[in-house]
Amino acid sequence: MSVPNRPRRSLLGWESTILALVVVALLMGSALHDAFLTGPNLSNLTSNLVEIALIALTMTLVVIAAEIDLSVASIVGMCSALLGVLWAAQVPMPLAILATLTLGALAGFLNGWLVTRLGLPSLAVTIGTLALYRGLAYALLGDRAVADFPPFWTNLGFGLVPGTQIPIPAVAFVLLAIITAVVLHATPFGRSLYAIGANEVAARFAGLRVERTKLLLFILSGLMSAFAAVIYTFRFSSARADNAAGLELAVIAAVLLGGVSIFGGRGSVIGVIAAVFLIGIIQNALTLADVPNEILTIVTGLLLILSVLGPNLAARFKTARQQRLNTQPQGGTL
Amino acid sequence: MKHRTVLLAALTLTLGAAAVATAQGTLKKGITIAFLPKQVNNPYFTTAWKGGQAAIKEIAGVGKQVGPSDAGASSQVSYINTLLAQRQNAIVVSASDTNALVPYLKRAMQQGVKVVTYDSDVAVGGRHVFVSQASADTIARDQVKILAKQIGSKGEIAILSATPNATNQNAWIKVMQEELQKPQYKDMKLVKIAYGNDDDQKSFTEMQGMMQAYPNLKGVISPTTVGISAAARYLSGSPYKGKVALTGLGTPNQMRAFVKNGTVQGFALWNPEELGYLASYAAAALVSGQITGKEGEKFSAGKLGQRTIGKDGVVILGPLTVFDKANIDKFNF
Amino acid sequence: MTGLSTPGTASTPPPNLLSRLFRAREASLILILLALVAMTTAINPRFLTPQSMRDLALNVAIIGLVVVGQTLVLLMKHVDLSVSSTLGLTAFLTGSLFVANPSMPIGLAFVAGVGIGALLGAVNGLLVAYGKVPALVATLGTLYVFRGVDYAVVQGGQITASNLPAAFSSFASSSVLGVPSLVLLVLVVMALFSIYLRSYRAGREYYAVGSNVEAASLAGINVSRRVMTGFILSGAIAGLAGVLYLARYGTVDAAAGTGLELQVIAAAVVGGVAITGGVGTIAGAGIGALLLGVIGSALVALRAPAFWQQAIQGALLLLAISIDIVVARRAARVMQERSHR
Repeated sequence: MSVPNRPRRSLLGWESTILALVVVALLMGSALHDAFLTGPNLSNLTSNLVEIALIALTMTLVVIAAEIDLSVASIVGMCSALLGVLWAAQVPMPLAILATLTLGALAGFLNGWLVTRLGLPSLAVTIGTLALYRGLAYALLGDRAVADFPPFWTNLGFGLVPGTQIPIPAVAFVLLAIITAVVLHATPFGRSLYAIGANEVAARFAGLRVERTKLLLFILSGLMSAFAAVIYTFRFSSARADNAAGLELAVIAAVLLGGVSIFGGRGSVIGVIAAVFLIGIIQNALTLADVPNEILTIVTGLLLILSVLGPNLAARFKTARQQRLNTQPQGGTL
Repeated sequence: MKHRTVLLAALTLTLGAAAVATAQGTLKKGITIAFLPKQVNNPYFTTAWKGGQAAIKEIAGVGKQVGPSDAGASSQVSYINTLLAQRQNAIVVSASDTNALVPYLKRAMQQGVKVVTYDSDVAVGGRHVFVSQASADTIARDQVKILAKQIGSKGEIAILSATPNATNQNAWIKVMQEELQKPQYKDMKLVKIAYGNDDDQKSFTEMQGMMQAYPNLKGVISPTTVGISAAARYLSGSPYKGKVALTGLGTPNQMRAFVKNGTVQGFALWNPEELGYLASYAAAALVSGQITGKEGEKFSAGKLGQRTIGKDGVVILGPLTVFDKANIDKFNF
Repeated sequence: MTGLSTPGTASTPPPNLLSRLFRAREASLILILLALVAMTTAINPRFLTPQSMRDLALNVAIIGLVVVGQTLVLLMKHVDLSVSSTLGLTAFLTGSLFVANPSMPIGLAFVAGVGIGALLGAVNGLLVAYGKVPALVATLGTLYVFRGVDYAVVQGGQITASNLPAAFSSFASSSVLGVPSLVLLVLVVMALFSIYLRSYRAGREYYAVGSNVEAASLAGINVSRRVMTGFILSGAIAGLAGVLYLARYGTVDAAAGTGLELQVIAAAVVGGVAITGGVGTIAGAGIGALLLGVIGSALVALRAPAFWQQAIQGALLLLAISIDIVVARRAARVMQERSHR
């Protein structure tokens, strides 16, 4: 998907824009409904976003390296199904969780292997594994639903940190977000992702191990999806083969809205997290104000388009003005 | 037949009116009731909401329908949370997942919100009252009975269901399988359960695939309104029309053409509008403190008359209506 | 749009080698297809009855049609994810026209569908060609927006077969010499676009833009206009598919066509249309759609367990993509060596 000469977008600029938008959305929300700015509502809002936010972290890394993983929601479904099957078979929970995470990593490995070893485009590969992994979820669990998870575990998905309004999974998210941000922005590995995404050939000549890095990214994406699956399963105390169906588009929408370039090489963790919350806050506020669902769908789409179109038009306007200033004597051109 | 229906209707109306007169004094005014269907874009739920809305108008309450466009448990949860934040008096919900909504509905109940499920129940403990279209046993047995009559209780049969995780359909299919073990059905053999995912196109192609895979198929039960109309459309344009029997749950408007052209002899359903109507009254009675959801409690449901809560807080709308050539033109929904 | 092929590409291999490569890809796909059909028929002879073949062709027709538009866009190294929403929206709007005006001529329904589709496609085109929004972002956005508009218009309603004039429904079930008219229509569209892509300058430009956009621009191709046209055509074809969907299935609600976009892209990719642009043919994409359709039907005919069907389908899809690329790459290497000798 090549568009040449895209105006460069200042990262700092975009991040501050989207953070400002989050503030605007918060103000709008509190104006729309009294119940918006209350502890329980914000807590629920956050809780509903956790899975998307988690997967968006690794998706950010994948997209910065100029790849994409459409199979994440299917991995969530497959891993949720496995967790259910193992628990129904009376496997001890820690062991079942371990197996679930392993399956997620393996699923990511298969994606990565097909992309790096066979050289297939990741969009094609993960459309295929999107079907495969969801299919395996049904093969594992069929039409059954496993629900009798012990309260200790479901509380990890559903409960709050004692004495606060903070959902327990949100704590895990904050930790993982910090780790991801540090790895991406402050380690050689993280910098190498930008290099690979910006120009893979140059990165290879510079001695970066492109294949190994990409393989690792897909494994991480699978692992994170499996972790999200564990949280999802506990949060709803329900393991079903159709869990999280369609989540992949929400994740990708958040990542792109967060300022990560679909061509790779550009983006930040902060921007993506802000985008996840921006979408979540708008949806919550509009729902509270009884705005019908179809408007939410339209707003999500428009936001996504405007996130790129806005800066593009602004940049074009700027260059046009500069050109006019520089070439004033010549006047307009055809 | 028509005469009797009219008479019966008149009778229930007068009785109902009398009941309303006595009960209305105790029903609170301005009760806020929110309907949360599995999907807002599903015509079936639109019809149910019509009835629910009518009832809310009768009791001078404030009603609304909200909900997701996709049938997913996670999206229903966020709606439950916002309805809770909005301090609605009652939530009337058709659950996408038996278990996933329970912790959230429990939290709502702890904070004083009355919870009624309709159409599709949650696990007991997650609601006060379940307004059921008919008992699962009746729904399943009636469909087997209708099909058995159409195929002379003999031959291979199949089921075309909704999604593999559809809670209602799975419960009914289980009863159907048990029912088929009975001696009178010993010559009927269930060879396949297919899933059309409540998607018109998928149901259509599944039906056609089954005809290829099972050439001796004599009859199909499709216990879902999307599935049965798609299957009927396939059969009516194929050489199997009139040779392969089809029954299940469908709406008269959807199925009229296929009953008239001989593709389908008969099928069944309850009146979704009445289901929504009854659910609204149950919610209002709960909010007004007339009932708490215990077995044996009674409440009045407008034109549907006095209703009694059964075991596990279940209120049953009534028996299924079977639609065929003779009566289908009397219904419009 | 006149004049014969003068591809202005700097980076593509000579057309002679290119066309030979295509032939190899299409041939390998057809071989897989024949093997699959033969194997299935051996186990279940009813797989090849005229009725089953008609059903199969009808099922593939609509996906096959949308794939044509998608191919145009993919050739230019773009993608159109919004086709499923476009299809759903046009199907419902066209149906509403019949509801509002039952005596509307059928031809007008087709014009309306294509027109609405083209309009929606133009939105994508404007965003990508002139707004410089990456196609994946733009069309993911319009996937949401068009579907949201669909939800807003439908409002829990439904178009059913009884809303449609008999002549329209009978078109869907009619056939010419045993071939359903719907399938014939799709084949005609495919043939026209095949010729357009192969023999017309405008058609060759899609390959040029996708192979090397700078070179294409330097060679005098108006890239923005080409991209714009591609998206309008993709939208118009998805709109036509919406009308056919309405005719074929008779029932349309707000969810019609949901999730179709990934099936369409999968069909194109299996058919040898490269996601990286510049490579592929309409015929290949059509065979890709047919192959996926046959796999689906074969699994049912072979009585594969319901819960395993999707997994097997996914695995075969992956296999088809992998084999195809590996074979193509090997063929390219062999030819390269030969030409270096």
